[in-house]
Amino acid sequence: MNKVKTLILRTAGTNCDKETAHAFSQAGSEVTFLHINELIKERKYFQDHQILALPGGFTYGDDIASGKILANELRNALQDEIVEFVKSGKLVIGICNGFQILVKMGLLPNVAGKDMGDVEATLARNNSGKFEDRWIHLSKVVTKKDICVWTKGLPEVIFIPVAHGEGKFIPCDKSVLEALWKAGQVVFQYSDENGEAVDYPDNPNGSVDRIAGVCDPTGRILGLMPHPERHVSYLQHPFWQRLDKSDSSLGVGLQIFKNGVSYVKRSL
Amino acid sequence: MKKIRIEVRNKKGEYDAVVETLKRDVKDIGINVLKDAEYIEVYTLSGEIEASDADRIAFELLADRVIQEYNIAGGFVPVSGVHSETVEVAYNPGVMDPVQESAMKAVHDMGIDSVDSVETSKKFILYGDLTKADAASIADKLLYNKIIQHVVVSEEKDKEIAAYEFKAVYVDIVSMSDKDLMNLSKKGQLYLNLVEMKAIKDYFKKIKRNPTDCELETIAQTWSEHCKHKTMRGDIVFNGKKIKNLLGNTVMKVTKELNKKWCVSVFKDNAGVIRFDKDNNVCFKVETHNHPSALEPYGGSETGVGGVIRDCMGTGRGAKPIANTDVFCFGIPDADVASVPKGALHPKRVMKGVVGGVRDYGNKMGIPTVNGAICFDERYTGNPLVFCGNVGIMPKKFSTKKVSPGDLIVAIGGRTGRDGIHGATFSSAELTAESEVISSTAVQIGNPITEKKMVDTLIKARDLELYEAITDCGAGGFSSAVGEMGEDTGAEVYLERAPLKYQGLKPWEIWISEAQERMVLAVKPKKLKALLDIFKSENVEATVIGNFTNDKKLRIYFKDHKITELDMKFLHDGLPYTAKKAKWKAPKENKEITFKLAGSLTDDLKKVIAGWNVCSKEWVVRQYDHEVQGGSVLKPFIGVYRDAPSDAAIIRPVLDSVKGVVISNGINPCYGDIDPYWMAASAIDEALRQVAAVGGDLDKVAILDNFCWGNSDDQVQLGKLVRASYACYDIAKAYGTPFISGKDSFNNEFNTGKKTVAIPSTLLISAIGVIDDVSKTVSADIKESGNLLYVIGKTYQEMGASQYFAAKKVNGGVVPRVRPKTALKTMERVVSAIKKGFIRSCHDCSEGGIAVSLSEMLFGADLGAEISLHGIPCENSVKRDDVLLFSESNSRFIVEIPARCKTKFEKHMKGIDHGLIGEVNGTGKLTVSGLSGKVVVDAEIEEVKSFWKTTIRKVMHE
Repeated sequence: MNKVKTLILRTAGTNCDKETAHAFSQAGSEVTFLHINELIKERKYFQDHQILALPGGFTYGDDIASGKILANELRNALQDEIVEFVKSGKLVIGICNGFQILVKMGLLPNVAGKDMGDVEATLARNNSGKFEDRWIHLSKVVTKKDICVWTKGLPEVIFIPVAHGEGKFIPCDKSVLEALWKAGQVVFQYSDENGEAVDYPDNPNGSVDRIAGVCDPTGRILGLMPHPERHVSYLQHPFWQRLDKSDSSLGVGLQIFKNGVSYVKRSL
Repeated sequence: MKKIRIEVRNKKGEYDAVVETLKRDVKDIGINVLKDAEYIEVYTLSGEIEASDADRIAFELLADRVIQEYNIAGGFVPVSGVHSETVEVAYNPGVMDPVQESAMKAVHDMGIDSVDSVETSKKFILYGDLTKADAASIADKLLYNKIIQHVVVSEEKDKEIAAYEFKAVYVDIVSMSDKDLMNLSKKGQLYLNLVEMKAIKDYFKKIKRNPTDCELETIAQTWSEHCKHKTMRGDIVFNGKKIKNLLGNTVMKVTKELNKKWCVSVFKDNAGVIRFDKDNNVCFKVETHNHPSALEPYGGSETGVGGVIRDCMGTGRGAKPIANTDVFCFGIPDADVASVPKGALHPKRVMKGVVGGVRDYGNKMGIPTVNGAICFDERYTGNPLVFCGNVGIMPKKFSTKKVSPGDLIVAIGGRTGRDGIHGATFSSAELTAESEVISSTAVQIGNPITEKKMVDTLIKARDLELYEAITDCGAGGFSSAVGEMGEDTGAEVYLERAPLKYQGLKPWEIWISEAQERMVLAVKPKKLKALLDIFKSENVEATVIGNFTNDKKLRIYFKDHKITELDMKFLHDGLPYTAKKAKWKAPKENKEITFKLAGSLTDDLKKVIAGWNVCSKEWVVRQYDHEVQGGSVLKPFIGVYRDAPSDAAIIRPVLDSVKGVVISNGINPCYGDIDPYWMAASAIDEALRQVAAVGGDLDKVAILDNFCWGNSDDQVQLGKLVRASYACYDIAKAYGTPFISGKDSFNNEFNTGKKTVAIPSTLLISAIGVIDDVSKTVSADIKESGNLLYVIGKTYQEMGASQYFAAKKVNGGVVPRVRPKTALKTMERVVSAIKKGFIRSCHDCSEGGIAVSLSEMLFGADLGAEISLHGIPCENSVKRDDVLLFSESNSRFIVEIPARCKTKFEKHMKGIDHGLIGEVNGTGKLTVSGLSGKVVVDAEIEEVKSFWKTTIRKVMHE
């Protein structure tokens, strides 16, 4: 497929839609912003697009729990379309609030490998009890299987920001956690700049096993709390003034979007 | 009606951050017997709901099945065997509960239609040997605020509010004596003076009838200090000399005389507008929300942020909000609980609440909070200050608006309730221990998602040119919005059409309610349908409530009853300005320092840097999303560990361009205790030098003024205001920097019952500028070992109100001056040196002087520096090391230069005070040798940094 089209889903309280669109267009995709009401009315949009992106924000105020109300709406109104979308080999990415939505609707991590999974994990309130914005290091979990299509060619450690109050990843039990690791579905862990284990504040929320991002068993659905779309240009780096502009670590988040786009070009 | 109560709590063993924070806070208020606590969220569903549906709602929606459990059989009971007290807190009737609306939506999405309403409350089970009084004290001080919430005592009765039945109310003002008039002004919360009340009486005498309640409310709101700026625009007799319109003759005069082409709209719209690039303009507004924040810090600051965002959305035909900036003044956060006067909240609670409100509103709107400041002084305890600012961007063609007769008046956004009645007039009152009782309706809580929906759809409608004009409903609600928009045309409004949150509101209450998240549009009838369709498509309510006319009258109807008919001319121009008296006596400043200079100043540095007004504000700023929208170029935290402070903030509103907006502020209320003239001058200098420090062009900077003062009828207070205003004119004029917008707030004082405490006279100067290429800017963190350090600008013996004197508990001294001619040249030369690429890092010197500035630069790197005070350019009489290190003289910078650029840089700086003071090294230490050559500061950077970082962390238990 030559022309890649990304659907950016919006609703009341979505707020990282513009910069997510910017990242996708930098990566070579066309972008459509779509309000959930419109998507429910006109389901053909699912056919016209190959990537579904759920950006960050506070959908419906994150009332009750983060991402819960949109997850509930998607599950009740668009379950079949989403299952079909995923089954046809297309891609989904959820960033921050988008990750919370995917987890709370059961699409992630879905270790059971169902069409629409049960809820197997949650993103709970940070241990610090508050919203925090900080730059953190993420280490890419290297496995033989390397199933995630979104993380190809990334350096072992990347540097991007988190900005959330409810990002503590907790699987519902030990078996889910074990299955996640076994299937290579854990994609990113909070770490230091050398990839070593860290505590708060570098693990900003107290996630189990420092998990920051996971994919589904197909590797085509990625969810992560940190914001790769906030580091696609060197000018977004918190101390770009200290670095040489040709430094390869600058703008490192763009690779994730490029991976999605080139996967579509190659495989769909 | 059937009610089902669903309780949700964390499963045993799951970490509960709410409980952990509560436990620490309970210790703070002196209760040491709390062993443990449980936090339970309660949802009360009303309607004929099937048990299976209730169970589904609890399981699928309300509880997080991974970490939580729920109970629909009467609620969780305390663990037995341990003494416990249970406290449940719910919103007061009429207070908006944001969760209600979203929960109802979610229930509908599940296909369940039997639920009529969802109410929420919070239940806390407190374990330990607590008395009932302990539990009440915990509830009162930590768990709820009686302004908006209450403790649930038993099963609540239905809060059915009776429907309103129309009754014409006329106030017999025509026959009132002066005494009666003043009585009416006070009891009716009109807060007008006798001359004003008499003007109203005369008007109605002339038209031979009495006013209705709605007319009186409309006039009081329109004539309020908040809306009319009576003090700043009225006559003032200053030391016997008459000044007509102080604002017009100082702040606004600068702008007029400078007449900058890039100033697009100044002092007339909701925000000031300047040119950004060939396609867009940017607008900027800062205003205060002090009295509401004193009573209900969270709701007060939330609605302050929400309001100022709507100001930019309501400028021209609407701007998209791109950045927030927030500045606070609080009492001392670790003040002894017993020292806080009755009726005032503890400064720590105020601080937590205010920060929480700003955080939640800004973050949820998806607007980065890029910049701010916090000042601490015990005089802010009863009357904190909360300045909220917003920057917006709009295509050039949308920078103006025009209302025409025949345009429809369309109200959009949130519904109208009884929240925020008399906010505009209440801001003229002094706060007392009883304020919370009298004015509880003046406080509102916000719902950022309602506003976010509104801005999303508004931008769509604007781009399709579906409306002609827009303004926000701020203070005074519809009254102010429609009154202002229809000033030149006239307007008719049908109040029964306004969507209400609940029934029972009187028409005048609908008219002046300050319920949040509402705006008013002027719409051509032929475009109405297209406009309404856009709002409907994203679930935003929009309603036609009237139309603009051509007879310059304001007419308000309620169900066929005419309840108001006023001449717009009287309403807007009928206010009689009364002359106020002001006096000022120049202070005696003593330059000499009487105490002996200590041999080592290392401990003084640690003390100064740990002081409330200098220390790290990371605990606050970290909670703000400062990079949403992706445009942040210079963040509040910089350096290798991302925790060193930066100067101005820089953002790129257009992501594929290198053009930037720079935002900074200047504030130092301490200086005003000596002379408000130099306080104002210093604030302007600080705002501008922060822009210069990052490399921003000064000829493209505009500023905003925000005056927060005490009682404007007090001659001394008013004298200080005149002094500060004069400085605004003198300094801004000399710098060539126009004011484009501003605001003032008076009567910022708290009556403890025994005495009235006025806040320090406080002026915030906020600056906005445009940077052509952000990739040429610099940050303040030290970059490389071997680089040279220079001080730019001259140091004077100006120790008055300095942080060093404060740490030493010494009074006296000379307050820092501004020497605008030299200062402007100095700043311009720094900017050009940055543009030429000589400068690797640059930081301005403000509170704490060179010592603090240098330390802060070093916090951003694993490096050190060796400094000699000999190099500092200073006036001849300076002979003390502490003056060189801690004087707060304005217009100074520290810069870092690569050694290879030494000659070129020094040539570039010719004619400007500059001095080489030392070199960056890799020691991790700051070593300073004094005038005698002896080492006077010898400190590990890590240690100094930990002093800087610990002050607020400690009080917040981190």
